[in-house]
Amino acid sequence: MSSGAAPHDSALTARDLRAGYTSVPVLRGVSLEVAPGELLAVVGPNGSGKSTLLRVLGGTMRPWQGSVELQGRPLQGLPRRAIAREIASVAQENAVAFRFTVLEIVLMGRAPHLGAFRFESRHDLEIAQAALERFDLLALAHRHIEELSGGERKRVFLARALTQQPRVMLLDEPTAFLDLKHVVGIFSRFRELATARGLAVVATLHDLNVAAAYADRVLLLRAGEVIGYGTPSEVLTEGNLRSVYETEIYVGKNPITGQLTILPAHTPRISR
Amino acid sequence: MTTLPANAARHDPIAAAYLTTSRMVSVLMLLTFGLLVTVVVAAKFGSVHISLVRAFADASSSDHAIFFAARLPRLIMAVIVGAVLAAVGAALQALVRNPLAEGGILGISGGGALGAIIALVFLTRIGASETTVVPLVAFGAALLSTVAVYRLAEVDGQLEPFTLLLVGVIFNAFWGAAIMVVNSVVNFYYAHTILFWLMGSLEAPTWHEVVLVAALGLSGFVALMFYARDLNLLSLGDEAAAELGVDVDFLRRLIFVATSVMVGAVVSVSGIIAFVGLIVPHMLRIAFGSDHRLLIPASLIGGAAFMVIADLIARVAIAPAEIPVGAITALFGGPFFVYMLRREGGKPLGL
Repeated sequence: MSSGAAPHDSALTARDLRAGYTSVPVLRGVSLEVAPGELLAVVGPNGSGKSTLLRVLGGTMRPWQGSVELQGRPLQGLPRRAIAREIASVAQENAVAFRFTVLEIVLMGRAPHLGAFRFESRHDLEIAQAALERFDLLALAHRHIEELSGGERKRVFLARALTQQPRVMLLDEPTAFLDLKHVVGIFSRFRELATARGLAVVATLHDLNVAAAYADRVLLLRAGEVIGYGTPSEVLTEGNLRSVYETEIYVGKNPITGQLTILPAHTPRISR
Repeated sequence: MTTLPANAARHDPIAAAYLTTSRMVSVLMLLTFGLLVTVVVAAKFGSVHISLVRAFADASSSDHAIFFAARLPRLIMAVIVGAVLAAVGAALQALVRNPLAEGGILGISGGGALGAIIALVFLTRIGASETTVVPLVAFGAALLSTVAVYRLAEVDGQLEPFTLLLVGVIFNAFWGAAIMVVNSVVNFYYAHTILFWLMGSLEAPTWHEVVLVAALGLSGFVALMFYARDLNLLSLGDEAAAELGVDVDFLRRLIFVATSVMVGAVVSVSGIIAFVGLIVPHMLRIAFGSDHRLLIPASLIGGAAFMVIADLIARVAIAPAEIPVGAITALFGGPFFVYMLRREGGKPLGL
């Protein structure tokens, strides 16, 4: 939008990130690069540092070491509001303390673009309405957030993030606990957004098949270390997954779609 | 329940679903009209019957003397005290993400009152000016109390709303006990004044006090309004607010300082008047929605009207004797607090 800044081929770059909450490191030297229009899936077992990585990438947590750059500018030097105009995050849990309507929550995404005492303009409202429409929420605009189902709520927060009009979106388990219809709906929308608007998306995922189906690239973490980083078929190999998840895993191709398919290869022992 | 009548939502579901400037203006005008009505009624009635017409027309009449020397300053003080307490309540509730927060419940008023009493009893004895030092010390003590409550409610650097509420309640009781101790050791002359602070009263303020409290209250209100949208974002949680561009630590400190100034100023002239900051924002939130850009100014006006009515009851219920206005608000507020606790207890409320 602003002139002067040369177009950068990387939306977000992280170099050698080390971070943690206590003295124990949660991230041990993670580097990555997301290009505009790219969807990067971060996978790994529980406690491997996926959510922490998103916090550091979003600038809400300072790394001990290493740097994050937003289109070539170091994130640490930027004010919070400037970051919020470029990076939008959606957490796994989204509790709201008071009774707000769906539209009010989605309009909150305009906050980083508005000055103090300023109300949302016609233009802001149009952006919010477009986001609601994209996530099939227009009919729910006046409803209170606590009256919605889990899938509807999740879509509200995704629409809010979209209303920020960011270049980068950080999604922590965007489809956890959602049924298949929502999983497909949400990821196909983000695929579209990435392609159409050059949005860079980083999503943590538990479901390896979803990662294989939708991600351009996959970052595989184990205990804060990068085990694999590349295209799904490069990273999601039997060898990598066996060592990371410590269980037998079958990786093959879906005979109908040719899609990479990952299944546990553990034979259940039924005792009688 | 929706925040607007159902027919409005049917006409334009989008306009009814968020805070438009026109809705904000009409709600605030409605509340202002309501406040004006309560002020006129409260000016008319009192322990002595006066004629408002004569009070304005005849400067030598006793009506004039009663109205301008007693009733009007008191009325203005009721407006200011109610406005400040309710606006502070709305802001603190947003800050701790809990509709049960309020200056009194969080121990801010109690700390301020203890400070005011200590200043009055000990500092004025060594020659400090009462009208200046009492509000200042009240504010300082209110702030110290707030910081202490806040620090104790932090668990692993995160604010625990329920812990905060409990710590606040404990502090409030503790300050009350400390005030009683001071009461026992000082001479009889102060005993009435101390009781006045504990129960809350709008008796006989001077014009100097009215102006000082109004100025402090108004500047605090401007600060709250400046950050009203950030308070909305805080409803999504600290982390989500930060991701939307809010400097959460700065916002917390600023709101705590602003509310402590406001509560300290009010307490130094009116004592502890509890529950106003609880009841008023809660009712307004149900009626007009949770957007703090409307809720805070609406609480300011609604709180003023509420306090004018409470003070009218305090003045006329057993006239010519008077009930402390804090007793009136607590009589309404106690049951209301229990009702809310029960109601909110059933729902997780995102805590």
